Amino acid sequence: MAAGVAAWLPFARAAAIGWMPVANCPMPIAPRDHRKRHDELIILNVSGRRFQTWRTTLDRFPDTLLGSSEKQFFYDEETKEYFFDRDPDSFRSILNFYRTGKLHYPRYECISAYDEELTFFGIIPEIIGDCCYEEYKDRKRENAERLQDDQDDNKDCKLPNMTYRETMWRAFENPHTSTMALVFYYVTGFFIAISVLTNVIETVPCGATPSQKDMPCGERYTIAFFCMDTACVLIFTVEYLMRLFAAPSRYQFMRSVMSIIDVVAIFPYYIGLVMTDNEDVSGAFVTLRVFRVFRIFKFSRHSQGLRILGYTLKSCASELGFLLFSLTMAIIIFATVMFYAEKGSSSTKFTSIPASFWYTIVTMTTLGYGDMVPKTIAGKIFGSICSLSGVLVIALPVPVIVSNFSRIYHQNQRADKRRAQKVQKARLARIRIAQTGSSCTGFLQSKRNDLLNELLELTGSEEEEQQLNKSMSLLESQHHHLLHCLEKTTAHEFVDEQLYEQNCLETTIQSYTSRSPSFSSQDGPMGTCCTRRGKMNSPLPNSSLPLQPSHQQGSLQELSALHIQCGDKVPHTNSRSSLNMKTDEVGLINCKGSQITTAIISIPTAPSDTTDGDGLHGPPQRRPPPPPTGPQAPSINTTASSNVIKVSAL
Amino acid sequence: MGAVVGTLTMGERTKGERRRPSRDKIDDDFELSIVCHRPEGLDKLEAQTNFSKQELQVLYRGFKNECPSGVVNEDTFKQIYAQFFPHGDASTYAHYLFNAFDSAHSGSVKFEDFIMALSTLLRGSVREKLTWTFNLYDINRDGYINKEEMTDIVRAIYDMMGKYTYPALKTDTPKQHVDAFFQKMDKNRDGVVTLDEFILSCQEDENIMRSLQLFKNVI
Repeated sequence: MAAGVAAWLPFARAAAIGWMPVANCPMPIAPRDHRKRHDELIILNVSGRRFQTWRTTLDRFPDTLLGSSEKQFFYDEETKEYFFDRDPDSFRSILNFYRTGKLHYPRYECISAYDEELTFFGIIPEIIGDCCYEEYKDRKRENAERLQDDQDDNKDCKLPNMTYRETMWRAFENPHTSTMALVFYYVTGFFIAISVLTNVIETVPCGATPSQKDMPCGERYTIAFFCMDTACVLIFTVEYLMRLFAAPSRYQFMRSVMSIIDVVAIFPYYIGLVMTDNEDVSGAFVTLRVFRVFRIFKFSRHSQGLRILGYTLKSCASELGFLLFSLTMAIIIFATVMFYAEKGSSSTKFTSIPASFWYTIVTMTTLGYGDMVPKTIAGKIFGSICSLSGVLVIALPVPVIVSNFSRIYHQNQRADKRRAQKVQKARLARIRIAQTGSSCTGFLQSKRNDLLNELLELTGSEEEEQQLNKSMSLLESQHHHLLHCLEKTTAHEFVDEQLYEQNCLETTIQSYTSRSPSFSSQDGPMGTCCTRRGKMNSPLPNSSLPLQPSHQQGSLQELSALHIQCGDKVPHTNSRSSLNMKTDEVGLINCKGSQITTAIISIPTAPSDTTDGDGLHGPPQRRPPPPPTGPQAPSINTTASSNVIKVSAL
Repeated sequence: MGAVVGTLTMGERTKGERRRPSRDKIDDDFELSIVCHRPEGLDKLEAQTNFSKQELQVLYRGFKNECPSGVVNEDTFKQIYAQFFPHGDASTYAHYLFNAFDSAHSGSVKFEDFIMALSTLLRGSVREKLTWTFNLYDINRDGYINKEEMTDIVRAIYDMMGKYTYPALKTDTPKQHVDAFFQKMDKNRDGVVTLDEFILSCQEDENIMRSLQLFKNVI
């Protein structure tokens, strides 16, 4: 229960009087309050500084140190106060948590000291209010990263017992770990540079030969360039294969961007080797040579800045997309307008709208080559509008991209923020579970405990009863009593989700298979809740199962099941009711000393079917299952979680 | 009534100027005002209700903690009530409760209203409790409970149970419940329940009488 509103529990309980006339069953007895009525002041002595508060203030959060009985360990009999040897400054915010229900993180406080205090007093940090939570998380992350960096510096020392493969991989990823790795790093860098240079120089026309025209160097010194190319490609291939061998996860390595770049860089060479000097394919071959320029991207392994640039471009993708989209729109509009404006003039270059695209792009980006110029007045007017708007359209998204870039470059924490979003969801889920979920399950759990307690009372086993008697705070027991009254009013019980699903499933299954008339289940709960458990000695309302005579309806009804929580004497005196289709009677369940919690009758199938003789497994493990009696005795299944026996005929 | 309605104003301030809360402050457009309500003196409340001074103290501390401004509006009321019933949806029933507490129909519940209602519910006579309950059920305050009003109330109560119940809630369970209620309460079968019929029928029912005494020791 949300402890902050614990003070309103009396009001909620008083309001429950509104249910009383509606309910048909007697209400459970209220828990007694043994403690003295008036509230008392508690003195908390934290390293000499005395804090005082009401006892009920601390009781608001019973799952923390100060709210539970754990504080008794710190009680000093002589001075009648609770002494804690902790930091009094941090304690201030912790005590304020009890007073206001909100936990704040003081900014001057060291994050790890604060965390320790929270852990000591049993408060989960997720409860920190939204006003301070961002700050808390940021500080915590910084701290974690600082610790991580320290660890990383130590990590680079070589661990013993690394396999050869792992050594190689580490050498590839962190070149400064060993000399060999460094040499390898520089050699590959050198060859990348050489390869790119050769690609460039290949196309330069060098030296006039006695033959008529200038040839590019590539065609003049074919052999030399070919040898250079081969050497580079060999080095790159060897490097790629070595990385592939050393990679811990080969499949992941092959999918990574860097390895794709490597493959694209060396592929054209091999294709060129394979292909013949065919006229048709050599054109395609030439295009493939273009891909050799991708070797330059291999430098990104060597440069951290290049990687960050690529990363930030990727993350600015939406802004870039917007820029592109708006430009395209403007280009199309202005190209159309210019085309129609220039249509009239003779010998115009604006031959079609796509031809006008070029003019529009050149104008909007303020390049202005001048190879296409409008001649008509209308064309010139629209042309000037085009160039003005071009400035605007480009100027708008670009600062966004720039600011994005600078933000990311400085922070370098985009991935952490994405992780933080998941953490936020997880945090909310944790708080929700801790506060509400536990109260839901807390109530259901205590119900089971109560039932179990009563069972044990029957058997008179003292030790087990004491074991199960969890000391629940008075507030909790009062809250549970309130929920109990609600159950009684509506004659329905709270169950947890699995049980509910289970019941639904059974309902649908049973309503299919059964064709016989059965008892309406509507009146069942209302009538039978009054047969709620009484004491051990009171005779059971055997004969008053109200489902008996009046529900002979020919239509198909839903499933109901008999809940019997049988006492110890079940094996002896139990005579199971047999749900006979012909007479539509309910036999009497005669369980002396047992307690019927809720009774719902299940549908019998056609009498010729034999029941699924599961037998009774017995709610607590110690009881032996009573044997099923009668040919049409309904089988009894137990759901161990709820400690009741469900009688259902299958 | 002796209650002081102070208007605390916040907003733009020039340096050195300090406004203090005073009684007849005119609200400016730019300023936020919080209505603060203080209840009557402890002695007076003790005379008016069936609570002792100490109980009033405890109650007021809890009230003030949750509502520092001294009044509860309907949303806060619903939030508070919903925390006691995490399984289902308590807002409808909280709405009816709020109307029952807010006897002056002002849209907010002050501490005095709160205490009066609690005093009736916890320490009042049987007749007073039943009258209060009748007013709770009589949503439109016409002196009669008809079937629609009762169905609304019962449906609101069932809403608090939530979805996961055993046995599973069916759509006409509230209706059947209401029919049974009217069967019991409506003596002259005229389709509505008056206050006298209600009180008479409840006094005849053992269970109800017993359960009305259940919460005597809540404070």
